[in-house]
This record gives sequence, structure tokens and C-alpha cells, in this order.
Amino acid sequence: MQKIEQLIKEKARDLLAAGQVTSVIAWQKGEMFYDNAPGYFDNTEELDALVYNAFCAANLSKYLIANTKKDEKTAVFLKPCDTYSLNQLIKDRRVQREQVLVIGIPCAGMVDINKVKAQGLKGIIGITEDGDNLTVETAYGTKQVARAEVLLNKCLACKGSAYAVSDETIGEPMAVKHAPYDRFAVVKELESLSPQERFAFWQEELSKCIRCNACRDICPACSCEQCLFDNPESPLAGKANNNSAEEQLFHIIRAYHVAGRCTDCGECSRVCPQGIRLDLLNRKFIKDINEFYGDYQAGADADTNAPLLSFDVDDVEPGAATKGRE
Amino acid sequence: MLAAQSTPDKEFEQLIVAFCCNWCSYAGADLAGTARRSYPANIKIIRVPCSCRVNPTFILRAFLRGADGVIIAGCHPGDCHYTSGNYFARRRMTLLMSMLSFLGVDKARLRVEWVSAAEGNKFAEVMTSFAETIKALGENVKLRDLRCKK
Amino acid sequence: MWQEGTAVDLKTTITAKSLKNIFFPQIENLLAFERQGQKLSLEQKQLPAEKTIAFGVRACDIASFNLLDKVFLKQPVDHFYQARRENCTLIGLACSEPEETCFCRTFGIEPASPTADAAAWLVGDDLFWQPKTTKGEELTAAIKDLFTEAEGGDKIVAEQQAQVQALLDKMPLAGFALSDEECSKQAEIFESEVWEELSKTCLGCGTCTYVCPTCHCYDIRDYEVNDKVERYRCWDSCMFSDFTNMAGGNPRTTRLARFRQRYMHKLVYFPANNEGAYACVGCGRRLQKCPVSLNIVKVAKALGVTKNV
Repeated sequence: MQKIEQLIKEKARDLLAAGQVTSVIAWQKGEMFYDNAPGYFDNTEELDALVYNAFCAANLSKYLIANTKKDEKTAVFLKPCDTYSLNQLIKDRRVQREQVLVIGIPCAGMVDINKVKAQGLKGIIGITEDGDNLTVETAYGTKQVARAEVLLNKCLACKGSAYAVSDETIGEPMAVKHAPYDRFAVVKELESLSPQERFAFWQEELSKCIRCNACRDICPACSCEQCLFDNPESPLAGKANNNSAEEQLFHIIRAYHVAGRCTDCGECSRVCPQGIRLDLLNRKFIKDINEFYGDYQAGADADTNAPLLSFDVDDVEPGAATKGRE
Repeated sequence: MLAAQSTPDKEFEQLIVAFCCNWCSYAGADLAGTARRSYPANIKIIRVPCSCRVNPTFILRAFLRGADGVIIAGCHPGDCHYTSGNYFARRRMTLLMSMLSFLGVDKARLRVEWVSAAEGNKFAEVMTSFAETIKALGENVKLRDLRCKK
Repeated sequence: MWQEGTAVDLKTTITAKSLKNIFFPQIENLLAFERQGQKLSLEQKQLPAEKTIAFGVRACDIASFNLLDKVFLKQPVDHFYQARRENCTLIGLACSEPEETCFCRTFGIEPASPTADAAAWLVGDDLFWQPKTTKGEELTAAIKDLFTEAEGGDKIVAEQQAQVQALLDKMPLAGFALSDEECSKQAEIFESEVWEELSKTCLGCGTCTYVCPTCHCYDIRDYEVNDKVERYRCWDSCMFSDFTNMAGGNPRTTRLARFRQRYMHKLVYFPANNEGAYACVGCGRRLQKCPVSLNIVKVAKALGVTKNV
């Protein structure tokens, strides 16, 4: 990855120096070595802080909404999965394609620091990437961790090394190595439970919600100018975690609103401070769409109609098609 | 946390919200009226221009505010006043119902029916049967906001 | 709230959510009213009377209660907060395994010497216990059968304390300190150019404020059904677009202004009004939870309000 970081820096330097773009969006170093954050780079001096390693999970596509409102060109470095989100934003006409220079960069899967910590590691002061392994240095000692075991959940459902949209690419494609993974496994498992068990599961899960809105605000598909849940004119402008019924409503509506546009980028689950499995709601919709209306991957292209914006006269009737035990 | 089981009320007075498309189902309700066909009085009709005007939020909010059942009635597929509105509504409701079921809520609390302007009898029958279904299911406690209820 | 049979975890140093919830719940009903014909009946919610014990509270969270006291126990006193606070006996638990995001020492907090009603240290399988206040003495007397006098306990605890200090010295934020002088330059900091750059990537979610043990802004709202109303207060977040929205408009209409408000409050306004106490206890929750890794350390460094120690 270090080599790619170097290539990214060089590319960014060339673009900024030549005045081809006004700003570059990439990742910048954090306080720790693992909390790399999205960053804007407006001049070549700032590029020293640019970083690309196993802790650059943040999907940068959403920042382009704000950027393309200005009359300037922005370069963005996107991992293969991130390009799907951008493509969907282009399809939703939230991003002006011609104002973005998309540079695809390869990815070998991003690491979940919480999974590293869950292996009993505390006080982590350094991690070095070493092929398929990570060497974790902590205040309490050093330990080796297999990369495949600490990949982010979203990387287990990797969409592959192809870019859905890009102007240029850097480096050779990489593969994300992990054990076989069925992204719908948990959805199927829940479907096989009784309604009462499912209800109990979701009550437990959603009662953890603190209504911080991180899931919504990180989501590249959640691109409304003003969210229904923020609009003071809306009767739903809730702020507190009043009770489970309201949380339920918030999460169903949110998942529903991105249904057919959710690329399954997994950012919602990644950022949830309470660790709620929000991806399950999105994946339920994806699975249903695939089964009822044919396989569909949001963001794979920028022109076909989304499943909820099209129909077939022979579509299944509501209620006749629900999956799962009754 | 809510109590997940419904409390068996002595006199369970169910509240049902019916979203009816202006061109077919609402006219169907009218016809039921002029034909003196009765249907349960606890069904509150909300007239909408087309079944596809019904945002899933409306339905969930109706449940949140105390509805025990919600029914959406629109033109038969192919007969939409706006050509294709009910086809979109059909997809939306299919996914919403599936999601409610996924969350462990009885999907029977939500129903979609196609009722034309000429089907006054069908309107009354559908509403009566839905009211019976809801009566059997009991009070909606899974989706309801219980504040102000004590 | 512990119930019979719940497993207890004493290993976790920093909990995901802060503990302010126990005195200042995320949502609290204040009042209910109902219209009955021409009459309006009011029902004021009872003050919580339940006696509680909070066990295993870390030094940073205890320090956060002292900061919240400055807000809620000042005139006019917040009776709900006061009642819960007074009914609770706090048992501090010394940290033995600090995390890399910890920087409590920046604010003069001693992680291995919690200041509560009673303090506890877990060394191996032994729990050392020391009452510190009358409340702590009372609790200790009530459960005295559980204890034996620890021979040489002071020495064992002191060893652990030294270990923790040594561990913290190794952590990346060990040298992070704030300059009181710099932080008092209110106008200068407010006008700083770095806010724009810093706030650019902020998502405007409320994670930071909700996991923070010292953030204490709240909103009061009504929930109304027909003739019944429940008035409740709930946590608010300065990151939200309707924060400080009032009749006549909102003074902070941009994300930059809201982002700036949060850090101005923590680093400048709060110390100016509270004898120099920063509204931060260095628990590191925001460092762990912010979706885009913004935090007070990054902000303070960018503003140049840090100093070398």
C-alpha cells in the first residue's frame, strides 16, 4: 500500500501544481495511526499529511455533493467500492460528473480497529502491514494478527477490484483475501426465525440507538438537502431516542429511502457508535429487490432506472411475496 | 421497551386508516354508500390522488400514532388514472410489507387492494374483511408510540 | 442498571457511551397535561427517589460529573439531576489498562486514584477498597462483611498506580497539554481561519456530543396526541441544524459555526465561566467514535492552543 500512497501523492501533486483541479479529496493522517480521516488538499504543501493504508475505509464520494455545487473541478481518490457510491450520486444527479476527476486506487481490504481490539489488544501504538499479517504494537506488548480476521465487515462483501466509474486508475488491482462470505447469511437466518423472535431481535438491536444520525450523515445515498427527520416542519423531527417505536420508524424509513440506491457500501454499520447492524436492513431490501425484480447492483451504472423507479406489469402482488416464516 | 404482546381488551375498538385513490377506490366507497352497503365505521378514509402518493412514512406514522391497521386501495393494475402510478405503488408496498414482516410485525396489518369505481360491493367486502382481520390480530402495540397513552 | 444474573465486565476501560446518562438521561419526561373540556390538568413528574450505586466508574467519568455539577447544580438548580446525583453512591474504579486514546492527565485527572464516594482498585483477583466520603463510609459499613483488612494494600495499589503512569507515558497523547493563556484569547480563536478547514469534513452528526461525558445541551419538546401532551427534555447536539433555532432565526446557520461552537464551548467559554476548567476529561470517546476522526486533540493542535510539557 505504501507504494500506492506514493503514487497518490505524486498524482495529487501533479494535478494541483498544473492547476488541473482546485482541490483533491483523499485521506489524511490522524492522531493515532489508525484514525485516518477524509481530507481536503488545496495546495501541494498540504500533501505531506496525505496517507493511504489499511485504515482508509472512509468513503469519500459524499463530499463531492458539496464540491460540485461550486464552479470548480475536484479530484477524488476512490477505492473500487467507493466508485459505486459516486456512480449512484451521479445517477441521482447529486454530483456533476464533469466537475469530478475520479482516480481509482486499488484496495486490499480495510482493517477494522475494533476487531483488532476485540482480540484483546489495548493501548495500540502502532501497526505495520506485512503482507497477509499485521504486527500490532501495544503498550502491553507486540502481537501478530491475520489481516483476513480483522477486515471490516464491509470488506468481507467486497465488490471486486473493478471500478464502476473512473477517469484514471493508479496501481495494479488487488484482491481482498478472506474466507467465503455470504452477505445475506444473517438476513436469511433472521427470516427463518418466528415473527416474535425477529421482533425481539430488532427491539434489542434498535434500542441501542442513540439517534446521533451518524448512519444517515455518512451515507452517500442519504443526500437530501434537508432530511425529513431534521425538518422542523415535519412531525417526525425527532431528536431523542424516545422509544423503540420511533427508532423503528427512523431506521425503516432511512433504509427504505435508500432502497434501490444503497450500494451496500457498509458505512452505516461501520460508523455506528453503538454497533447496530444497520446493514441488515439495507441488505434485506437488496435481497428482496434481487428476488422480486431481478439482480440489481446500485451504482453499477449511471443510467438505468432504479428498481423503485421502474415496474413490470407482471410484478408480484404485495404480501404474496414476503419471505420468511409467518 | 414495549410490551410485545397485545393486551386483550374487553371492547377492542380498532382504528383503521384507509388510503383511497381518488379515481377508483374513493369513488368505490361512494358507490358503496349510495348502494347502502355498510362497512365498519372505525375505518377512516384518507383520499389521495393516486395510490402511489402514499409515502411509506404515512403508513408507519399512522401505526405510530395508534392505527391498528392500514389499507391502501387503488385502481386495478393497468387502470391507473395516471397510467402507471399503481405499478410503482405496488413495488413500494411489496417491499414495505416484506420489511415489516422482517421486523417481526404482522404484515396482515397492512393490506393493499385494487378496487375500481364500479366495485362498491367489493369495497364494502374488502373493508369488512380487513376490519375482521384486525380485530383478530388485536391492538397494535409493536409499532405504536405509547406516550400519552397512560 | 444491573439485574440479578447480568454478567459484569470490569475489564473495559472506556465504555462506548459515557455515564452522564445515569444523572442526565437522554430523555426525561418533565410534565404531562391534558385538556378536559374547559379544564387543563397538569401533572408534574415526580423527582426520582431511587437510591443507586454506580460501581466501576473511571476517574474521567467521575471528573465529568464534577463538570456537569457546575452546570446543573448552579442556580437555578436542576432538580432532576440533583435528585439522581444525591441518591447515587459513586464507586470509582482505578484504571489498570489505559487505552491509547486516553489523555485524562491533560486535565489533571489521576486515572489510578479515582475521587468518588469510595475508590476501588482491581489488582489480579483482589479488589482493594477505600471509602472517601460519608456516603462511602455508610456503604462500606453496610457491606463490611465482604471486606478484610488488607495488609500492605497501600503498597500494592501504589505499584499499580506507578504502572499506569508508566503506561500512559507510552501513549501517543502523553504529551498533549492545553495552554490556559492561549485558550483565553476568545476573539482571536473565534476568528481563526482554521475552523473552515477543520469543519469541512465534519458530517454534522451528533456522535461526538452524545458519547461525550461533558456535553450537556438539551432541548425541550412536546409530544402531543389529541388532548394529551407530554413535555420532555432530550439531549441536543450543537452539530444539528436546528440547534439554537429560535423565534427570530438561528444564529448558527452553517456547519462551520456549529462546529466552532462545540470547541469554543469546551476550550474557551466553559473555562472562562468556570475557574479555568475545560469541558473535557480526556476520555477519548470522540477519538474512538467520530466517523471522520475529528477530535479535540486535532482541533486544539490546529488552533495552536497546546503547550509543551
